[in-house]
Amino acid sequence: MNRKPFYLSFIFFSLILLQVLILNNIRFLGYVNPYIYIAFIFLFPFKKNRFPILTLAFLLGLCIDSFSNSGGTHAFATTFIAFIRPYVFRIVFQKTEVDFEFFKLKQESFGKVFNFTVILTFIHHFILFSLVNFSFHNFFDVITRMFLSGIFTLILYFLGNFILSRKQES
Amino acid sequence: MQQLIYFFQKYKYGLYLLFLLSISLGLTINNHSFHRSKFISSTNSFTGGIYEKMSDFDNYLNLKDQNKALIEENLLLRNKISAFRNLTDTIIENTKTDSLNYDQQYTYISGKIFKNEFHKPYNYLTINRGNKHAVTSEMAVVNHKGIIGITDNSSSKYARVQSILNRNSKINARFKNSFHFGTLTWNAIDYNTVQLIDIPRQASFSIGDTIITGGRSAIFPEGIPVGTVISKNNSNTIDIKLFNDMSNLGNIYIIKSFHKKEIQNLEKK
Repeated sequence: MNRKPFYLSFIFFSLILLQVLILNNIRFLGYVNPYIYIAFIFLFPFKKNRFPILTLAFLLGLCIDSFSNSGGTHAFATTFIAFIRPYVFRIVFQKTEVDFEFFKLKQESFGKVFNFTVILTFIHHFILFSLVNFSFHNFFDVITRMFLSGIFTLILYFLGNFILSRKQES
Repeated sequence: MQQLIYFFQKYKYGLYLLFLLSISLGLTINNHSFHRSKFISSTNSFTGGIYEKMSDFDNYLNLKDQNKALIEENLLLRNKISAFRNLTDTIIENTKTDSLNYDQQYTYISGKIFKNEFHKPYNYLTINRGNKHAVTSEMAVVNHKGIIGITDNSSSKYARVQSILNRNSKINARFKNSFHFGTLTWNAIDYNTVQLIDIPRQASFSIGDTIITGGRSAIFPEGIPVGTVISKNNSNTIDIKLFNDMSNLGNIYIIKSFHKKEIQNLEKK
């Protein structure tokens, strides 16, 4: 139980560094970039008190913003998915707040986890690219970017999840 | 009041969310405006420092490529330098029409003396022009001060010049103010003094008179300065102090072709 905060802060900082120093330099096809740092929102433990996750999501987004000179776009999108996470959770997993204590993402079926992740990722990417675009022109461009980057992010997330969880078991 | 507290209790997450979202939206709008946000950007000391470290690391990994690029650049610059050297080494041909004094035309080829000698009885100079640059034997070599010699042998890139400080050198020369002419020779004693021999007995001159080339030879055009009279040895030999310091020669001109326009016109008729 004591190791949890260290584990989470380690994930927090390593995700920022991974995103800023490596993934922001990918720019596949010029604009397709994975935004893997939102994995922190998926992995953060579910609790009744939602102030910590909102604050941490905001700080996480702000850190990414300060590195990539994007104002507050990442902060906005990340805070928003942190807020809607319990509602998506309720819809996808068919569970209430009572189950938070004993809930673990690993124990759920892959299909449900997949739905949960995909919904949050695409919402995040949609908000992010809309704000980056900052106008109602090029709306189709926003949608293509959202889909391409979203797919990229999801592939990376599930690959990373798969590799890391396999290591932990053995 | 209780209603208000209840309201805050119920919507505390929504209000907190609104608060955070308005901050981030404010930052976004601020970032789009002209006065950019100064706090949340990669120019502050923390993010800038991390980027600097990363860029240092990146540079270290790229050292090999950068070395390669530098070597290529060096090669390019070296090639440019050699091309430039070649450029400065090209022949400058300069055609001078002398219609005022002697009515003749000749073409100069610029050149440089590689090897100079003046301490032997038979002195030869080497210049950096040869057959490639249309320099053959028996061409006049002068500089801006006056006469130097005659080419006597040429390879593809170089030519040997028989200096006027050579016992074999015999050049037609005359006084500037009269048409009495003689032959310019050297007695191998002083490299600043040459001798004009075989001047007619009736020639009148005084010390300080200027000697120029005579124009009777097929090699030198008329009017190239030689020197001034310093003394008379016997009846028909005088000493001449050269205008040129023969121990200190650099750039020279080779006279490629000259002809008197008068003769050409005469032959046409």
